[in-house]
Amino acid sequence: MATFKLNVNNKTHTVDVDPDTPLLWVLRDTLGLTGTKYGCGIAQCGACTVHLNGNAIRSCSLPVSAATSGKITTIEGLSENGTHPVQLAWDEEDVPQCGYCQAGQIMTAAAFLSRKPNPTDAEIETAMASHICRCGTYTRIKKAIRLAAEKGGKK
Amino acid sequence: MKTKAITLSRRSFLKVSSLAGGGIVLGFSTVKAASSILDDAELFEPNGFIKITPDGIITIMAPNPELGQGVKTSLPMIVAEELDVDWSKIVIEQAPLNTEKFERQVAGGSGSVRSSWDSFRKAGATARKMLIEAAAKKWNVNTAECTTDKGFVVHKGSNKKGSYGEFASLASTMEIPKEVKLKDPSEYTIIGTRQRNVENKSIITGKAKYGFDTRREGMLFAMIARPSFGKKLKLFDDTATRAVTGVKNVVQHENSVAVLATSTWAAKKGRDALKLVWEDDGPLESTPDYMEALNKLIQQKSDAPKRNDGDVDQAFAGAAKILETTFEAPFLPHAPMEPMNFFADVREDKADLYGPTQTPARTRTDAAKALGLPESKITVGMSRQGGGFGRRLQSDYSVEAAMISKLAKSPVLVVWTREDDMQGGIYRPAGMYNYRAAINANKELIGWHLRAAAVNSGNASRENSFPAGAVSNFRVDSHNHISKITVGAWRAPNHNFIAFTEESFIDEIAHELGKDPVAFRLELLDRAKNSPSGSVAYDIEKYRGVVKLAAEMGNWGKQGVNGIYKGFGAHFSFGTYVAQVADVSIVDNKVKVHKVYCAVDCGRVINPLGAEQQIEGGIIDGLGHALYGELTLTKGVADQKNFNSYKLIRIPDAPDIEVKFVNSDAHPQGLGEPGLPPTGAAVANAIFAATGKRLKKQPFDLRIEPGS
Repeated sequence: MATFKLNVNNKTHTVDVDPDTPLLWVLRDTLGLTGTKYGCGIAQCGACTVHLNGNAIRSCSLPVSAATSGKITTIEGLSENGTHPVQLAWDEEDVPQCGYCQAGQIMTAAAFLSRKPNPTDAEIETAMASHICRCGTYTRIKKAIRLAAEKGGKK
Repeated sequence: MKTKAITLSRRSFLKVSSLAGGGIVLGFSTVKAASSILDDAELFEPNGFIKITPDGIITIMAPNPELGQGVKTSLPMIVAEELDVDWSKIVIEQAPLNTEKFERQVAGGSGSVRSSWDSFRKAGATARKMLIEAAAKKWNVNTAECTTDKGFVVHKGSNKKGSYGEFASLASTMEIPKEVKLKDPSEYTIIGTRQRNVENKSIITGKAKYGFDTRREGMLFAMIARPSFGKKLKLFDDTATRAVTGVKNVVQHENSVAVLATSTWAAKKGRDALKLVWEDDGPLESTPDYMEALNKLIQQKSDAPKRNDGDVDQAFAGAAKILETTFEAPFLPHAPMEPMNFFADVREDKADLYGPTQTPARTRTDAAKALGLPESKITVGMSRQGGGFGRRLQSDYSVEAAMISKLAKSPVLVVWTREDDMQGGIYRPAGMYNYRAAINANKELIGWHLRAAAVNSGNASRENSFPAGAVSNFRVDSHNHISKITVGAWRAPNHNFIAFTEESFIDEIAHELGKDPVAFRLELLDRAKNSPSGSVAYDIEKYRGVVKLAAEMGNWGKQGVNGIYKGFGAHFSFGTYVAQVADVSIVDNKVKVHKVYCAVDCGRVINPLGAEQQIEGGIIDGLGHALYGELTLTKGVADQKNFNSYKLIRIPDAPDIEVKFVNSDAHPQGLGEPGLPPTGAAVANAIFAATGKRLKKQPFDLRIEPGS
């Protein structure tokens, strides 16, 4: 066990965990931030996506010891009250079915739009291809990202 | 709390309870599902629940498990319509299992809305009537002069107006009306409107709690080392496991070993550190063994055909031409995004179970048996669920969690890794389908013979599917290959593959006869109408309606325009008629599915926004598994362990989708499953149009032959 300082959603937390613990389980089990999901544990499905210094990363495959130097943002900290343009677009296009993968999808879409505020459809597909939605909400995800881009997804 | 129950109708009864502190609770149960079309073994009887407090909070309970099919939105919409409330102001709550208040709470068979339509409307209308009666009594006016307006009772003569909450206490003392008048559909203001998922806000902010997110006082996380198929536990050593920081306990349950720890990661590290010795528990098959066994079975007739119209032997003996095709279906895991998990807190005399399940009542019954407790001492709560697709109809994982809690004497959340989930059995059965068609000298289809076989599936066929009824000599034989491998219902059981086989074969026959595939289907429907053979289990006009609508939507008839080739598929399942046109092209020697046009007749649509979503999801699910889905077994062990080796469809393969619903005021039917079955055939038939290659096996082999 070792002590780590983490900046999560603009708050500093000190956690005492094994250094090899993936960030995902520190967020979920130690800090109680269960919005970030486990889907595969091997960075294949994207359900665990969070931001590290604004970049979308897979928290299931990043040891906590590698996450101490940056600012971590989870779905709970993406915006006050779910008002990020990507979140609003997700609601407006009624994207979620079971909803389990959507936090990860939203985190990737938000990071993507902050770099590419006006993406082409092909760029959207490439950016989101690292995610799996078992319910098949893909057509609505595309629409929602286009909508968020129109409404200023960059924020 | 006092309760009185009266008979409302032959099929349902209502109960009114006064809440301590005032207010009204109205529950109801239906004894028998109302669905008129029983096309599947799984039919479910729904329930509903209304709560209005004196301070005006109107809560509608959603009794059925929610796993992405949208019933937490659509079922309360039905109640809210007849109750006459402002949809944006009601509170919706997931009800736990309660077999006294609710007859049956199940997610499966696309049955929630279609079987609860009548009883949910009655529950809303009954509550509304009692509130009117209470207001009339309080105001000392005639009930006939009172009406409601979105959560208020209004007296026409005096313009008196009061919220439902004001009359809640008084209403709870009213007699339950024996008869209630339901709204005329022309008065609907909620049913038929586009309503977003009521949980969008909590999902997009990460607040929605799934089973995996369960956290309780004193709870430990558990991971379990289970034997693979064909193995049993010989011995284990947990010395290293117990040395892992955070590991609190190790318990053996039958052939499994559970590691309980203070975090998921510690439980996983502890489990990985177990030294386990397994021994063989009898031989198990590999995928080639299954295929060989199935192939033997489909050469045979059965003694008891599932359907036998006319005389196929005679038809084939006299045929001018015989077409024959065999289709192969692989095993599939359900692979919901949220792996299996369940919470259990089992004490000496009671048990509290909570988590994702499609069948909470089965969970309770099976847990009671395993724990040796009466069912009355077990509570089962339902979390939101990260998909199910049939996997959570089973109770293996919830009962296992209960047993671990009992053995460890601790509240426990048992979680499965993706590998546990994919290798843990209960798959869509592998199957094989041999079709033969007899064509006479006049180029007419006179015989149809299906010999179906699948692993542990009971009936591998759906013998009454179209074109049954349209072919004078029609026979279906079904065989079952018994194996130790566990299988279970997978979204649109049997339909999910058999529609691909039927609709591909019809396309092949149409081409052989030189007929347009859509015109050929319409001709067969005419024949089923004008000179039916045997029973016709589908509504011919509805079937014809979606075939024609999809053809129109998809500009059917022109192949190869701008490189786009079209394929057609249709299927009737769970009370709903669906027809699809798929547009594909070959780009850089690769198949690209551009668009799927889909016509649906599911009776009345409760929530068009959610209904479209279910169909879209079904199409992408059907396409994805046709393109990629395959689980193979080596001596009972799945070769695929995770999403790196088991491929699911991703966004670049998702086509545009256009869905149209036939305008209908008929009884609502299923939507969670019927969108899936036709897609594989529509796409395969389009690929045939583009390449001349018939796809007979899923996942599709899309290698383009040189020169084609």
